[in-house]
Amino acid sequence: MTSNTQHIIIVGGGPAGLEAASSLGAAGYKVTVFEKEEQTGGKLRLWHKLFPGFRLSGEVKSFLASGFKMNPPEIITNAEVVSVTSENNHHKVGLADGQSFKADVVLIATGYQVFKAEKKEEYGYKIYDNVITSVDLEEQLKSGNPIKTMAGKKPERIAFIHCVGSRDKKVGNIHCSRVCCITGVKQAIEMKQELPEAEIFNFYMDMRMFGQNFEELYLEAQQKWGVTFIRGRVSEIAENIDGTLQLKVEDTLSGRPMKMNFDLVVLMVGMVPASRTEAIGKSAGLTFTSGNFLASADTHISQNATNIPGIFVTGTCKEPLSIAETLTDARAATISIIAWIRENHLKLSN
Amino acid sequence: MVLEGKKRVWADYQKEIADDHYFYVRSCIRQTFFPGSETTLLRILRNDLGKDVFEDARHTTCTGIGYHTDIVPLETTMTVIARHFALMTEAGYTNIIPSCVTSFGLYTEVLDTWKHFPEMEAKIREYLWKATKREFKIPENLVHTSDIIYKFRDQIKEKSKVSLINKKTGLPLKVVEHIGCHYAKMFPVSGVGGAEFPSVLSGMIESWGGSVIDYPERRHCCGFGFRQYLVMANRGYSVSNSKKKFESMQPYQPDFIVANCPGCSMFLDKWQYTIAELEGVTYDKNGMGIPVLTYEEMAGLVMGYSPWEIGLQMHQVSVEPLLDKLGIKYKKEEKYLGARGQNIGEPQKPQFLIV
Repeated sequence: MTSNTQHIIIVGGGPAGLEAASSLGAAGYKVTVFEKEEQTGGKLRLWHKLFPGFRLSGEVKSFLASGFKMNPPEIITNAEVVSVTSENNHHKVGLADGQSFKADVVLIATGYQVFKAEKKEEYGYKIYDNVITSVDLEEQLKSGNPIKTMAGKKPERIAFIHCVGSRDKKVGNIHCSRVCCITGVKQAIEMKQELPEAEIFNFYMDMRMFGQNFEELYLEAQQKWGVTFIRGRVSEIAENIDGTLQLKVEDTLSGRPMKMNFDLVVLMVGMVPASRTEAIGKSAGLTFTSGNFLASADTHISQNATNIPGIFVTGTCKEPLSIAETLTDARAATISIIAWIRENHLKLSN
Repeated sequence: MVLEGKKRVWADYQKEIADDHYFYVRSCIRQTFFPGSETTLLRILRNDLGKDVFEDARHTTCTGIGYHTDIVPLETTMTVIARHFALMTEAGYTNIIPSCVTSFGLYTEVLDTWKHFPEMEAKIREYLWKATKREFKIPENLVHTSDIIYKFRDQIKEKSKVSLINKKTGLPLKVVEHIGCHYAKMFPVSGVGGAEFPSVLSGMIESWGGSVIDYPERRHCCGFGFRQYLVMANRGYSVSNSKKKFESMQPYQPDFIVANCPGCSMFLDKWQYTIAELEGVTYDKNGMGIPVLTYEEMAGLVMGYSPWEIGLQMHQVSVEPLLDKLGIKYKKEEKYLGARGQNIGEPQKPQFLIV
């Protein structure tokens, strides 16, 4: 970076940050993106294929990079932002290494982190060998290696447990992570494609199929692939002597408790705010939602502005969103920023 | 099974356990079921570890059985417990240690209720004063007696004479541990290791050389369940719960079961006789059942105490196979001798369970 004064600094180089960077760049602004990891792409990098059309996540990553052709932003990786403060119509962005940078506008796009499944102790993640998360499964699918149990056996019965760390007051998260339902449907189909003989069960509270083609995929999972959906919260998982897993669950439609055995259990982990979001938000004086995401200035009419003029938010740092919604939100943030700059007749830094 | 994962959970659930000066409150049923357990605890704490433990003969039931069967109102239970706190305060103690898991759970529940509803505490103070003219201080430290043994498990190991190792094979004994629902299921933060992977008993077992069996129905109720047993018509349900646990642990071939709670020790022991009578089934290879110990009895054996002095003849399932594995010498003819050497009489032999 040649200058430490920028028009716009974006905190976070995930899908939201990158899409906003290319849109703002195209509009002619000088944009710098700080990404704490070695690579940009955020959590998109964890995913193999995306719902509902099974598109490879790499295609979306390539699309994001293609936006930089006109006026590419400056992207600084391995740069962890720890604070954002405001003074004299400017904002100061502080990094973990002690450096600080000034900007006219700051857009926070710190994203989410995956709920730590260990917190649901009763499911035994990282204790029982064959309990994995949806993220672990994506990693396995991405590797191209066949899906196997820890003992190297082809799984014959697989369970997907929905709402792990979401809509769960016991772990302090009452929010819905929104994308896990359809991810569970997508992964169940992928399992069936890979292991046609396997029996696949999804245990859910509600199936929230809000997006385009989501409901269709849910029906396809049942009709074409024979995936079974059981409405009920799993109360506990235990390991059998042969390494298989015993699930206790109530089927709330039939009103009966059940005990079932599985070779592999996949926990559909939800979204929680990224670890650094709280510190950054507090340093900037931003307000938070009940789920500790960053709060917008207005839920309906000003979703990307915040309570601090000149500081904007986008993507999953403010609420759980799908990739498609995240990109839309990033573009909306771009428009909000441009409008705000013009409305305030802001003379941008050189 | 990844042990490191369990250790991570245990680290999240460590609690403060006072070092010394305990006000001890006994269980109302253990002295009938396993009378040697509580004296063994006192012997270890006072004689072997040099701790100050105080008892007051005016201490009564906590009303736990009545409370959990809906025949004692909450305010009465709280006032009775407040009286115990008053006895503790009058004796100059601040650390209270109930011997019973249900009492521990109930004391914890009462203190937590008062924390959230101070007006309830004020009302109970008034009731206690009107009824007894007593006042009390809230205990500074409330732990179950198994927590104390857990805390001093390494000191007990240093003084121990027996390890939980099969003398013949040299392998660790395989132990089923059962903490009891009221120990941590109501308040996971109050149990060492929490509710899902508790370490209060497993910590003792591993420290003393044994290995812990983690079987699928480990978390399941022992079968007592208060109303399931106390209402005679429900007893089939009580037995079926215990049966579910025995069937689940059987493939692991446990050498013995150790339990934390008076009811659990009783039912896991006695229902083995009942199931044998009902179905002709036992859960070991030799038709003798799986021995069940309380944690104090396990500690007593580790300390080298005589099995008959600590009351192991009171168990339904014979402990002799376990004593043989541990290499503990005992005289069969002394099994049914009383404290003064008199013959207390042998119980009738069951039809199926071999004793």
